[in-house]
Amino acid sequence: MNSWSHIKTITKRELTAYFTSPVAYVVLIVFLLVSAGLPFLFAGLLERGQANLEPFFTFQPWLMLLLVPAIGMRLWSEEHRLGTLELLLTLPITAWQAIVAKFLASWIFIGIALAMTFPAWITINYLGHPDNGAVFCGYVGNWLMAGSYLAITSMTSAMTRNQVISLVSAVSLCLASVLCGFEPVPRFVAEHLGSGLANLVSGLSSLTHFQNAQRGVIDSRDLLFFLSVIGFSLFTTGVVLRSQRAG
Amino acid sequence: MIRVQNLTKAFGPKRAVNNLSFTVEKGEVLGFLGPNGAGKSTTMRMITGFIPPTSGTVSIGGHDIVDDAIAARRLFGYLPESAPSYTDMTVHGFLHFIAELRGLTGDARKRAVNKVIATCFIEAVVHQSVETLSKGFRHRLCFAQSILHDPEVLVMDEPTDGLDPNQKHEVRGLIKEMGRTKAIIFSTHILEEVDAACSRAIIIDRGSIVANGTPEELKARSATAGTVLVRLSGDGLGNLTGRLGSLPLAKQVLTLESASTGKASFRLVPTKTAAKGDLAASVAALAKAENWKLEELHTDEGRLDEVFRNVTLSDTSK
Repeated sequence: MNSWSHIKTITKRELTAYFTSPVAYVVLIVFLLVSAGLPFLFAGLLERGQANLEPFFTFQPWLMLLLVPAIGMRLWSEEHRLGTLELLLTLPITAWQAIVAKFLASWIFIGIALAMTFPAWITINYLGHPDNGAVFCGYVGNWLMAGSYLAITSMTSAMTRNQVISLVSAVSLCLASVLCGFEPVPRFVAEHLGSGLANLVSGLSSLTHFQNAQRGVIDSRDLLFFLSVIGFSLFTTGVVLRSQRAG
Repeated sequence: MIRVQNLTKAFGPKRAVNNLSFTVEKGEVLGFLGPNGAGKSTTMRMITGFIPPTSGTVSIGGHDIVDDAIAARRLFGYLPESAPSYTDMTVHGFLHFIAELRGLTGDARKRAVNKVIATCFIEAVVHQSVETLSKGFRHRLCFAQSILHDPEVLVMDEPTDGLDPNQKHEVRGLIKEMGRTKAIIFSTHILEEVDAACSRAIIIDRGSIVANGTPEELKARSATAGTVLVRLSGDGLGNLTGRLGSLPLAKQVLTLESASTGKASFRLVPTKTAAKGDLAASVAALAKAENWKLEELHTDEGRLDEVFRNVTLSDTSK
């Protein structure tokens, strides 16, 4: 059997696991309520008189900050807790197949959550003529950003059997990544340490790269950024899992 | 099939497993015994490649567990100590998932799953969620997944732990039967399992092998092995000790129950040259000649628990 069929099997199992747990539904509903509510209440989606989803996307980096670690915290912590890690990693599959498969399952779940915000998209199409290409880019960028948060969560989840610790450390790491691009931070760095460093700091932020996508452009640099964060974090997940077993 | 060479695992300065070497061939059931914390589970985990050894090698069917892991893992089924399974799945779903990862598809998968469901007595809970299962059922479920692909090699860490006496009996029977065609290694600290299922046993203590042999060989190491137990009753049992002691094959006579009550029992220690059973035969002949009423005559095979205590005692006395 080839790698992809192993990955498919595990991804299917993991994705099914989400839909058999009430926690996932709660997270999903909270996400939908908040991501639908915030733009209308605080960003004046309707009052602005512009047909685009910018107010919706503005909140996403912050919302995903909590949502994604909540979805991903169980990835490896649960395997540690149940002891199924010993079962999974002694089956004739490689560790990276399991890592990629689990990541994909959660990423798909997040994709489903994002897709379910479609009423917002319908609303603006009903009210005006938005640039649907830009909306699409925004969604893709959002999903990529969520993927980078998720890979970081996978890494923290591999480190501990405690889901809460996994959640808190993932949120902290993702928050650091967002804050690097949050306007006051690069400005502060620019004032005190020079603009070169400020560019570096904001270049390391998921927020900066997401904002590009939000404007309707997915630059190869932004794509590369998210994919490298994902690749690096998943690689580290593998290293963590291996070093833990080495004792 | 299983070849373990100079296997060592160190956790910091502590050597959990120290220079173990042994092999298990097809048709053999190896019992892996030892007190708690002797390194049984650590060894099992290294054999299955879950944790890498500090030094030494393990090969399964000629495939190194570290360098040729996937090929080696295809050959064995593994029942980890805690008998883990995914609690969010149903019994049926879980077995299908494992079967799929084992490369079984279509009809072959259905057949394999149905077969282990029957073999492991889990029909009653097939459509239940694993979360709702009792410990015994969870254990049997994990046992089921380990034999799903009919592996040539089976590695089981305490396969009867958490089962009731009837289930224990069934599982031992199953292991013994599978042992005819497979290479099986299982760990336990229940000594009766060695008699019930093993063709060979290894006792480890603090990471090192302290005894290795067939159950009979191990039992023969016990102090009581080969001694003859005699119980007599009736009148005229005067000076029994002297007359039993005069038997040429008896080295020593220990009185367990004196003749004053009308019954007497003794333990006779044979001389080194006495063949098994000869001493008992000569006691029987003597009893016949003297017209004693022989109530019991028994050659002791030795006791595993005694051997176990002797070779591992150092652990508890430290």
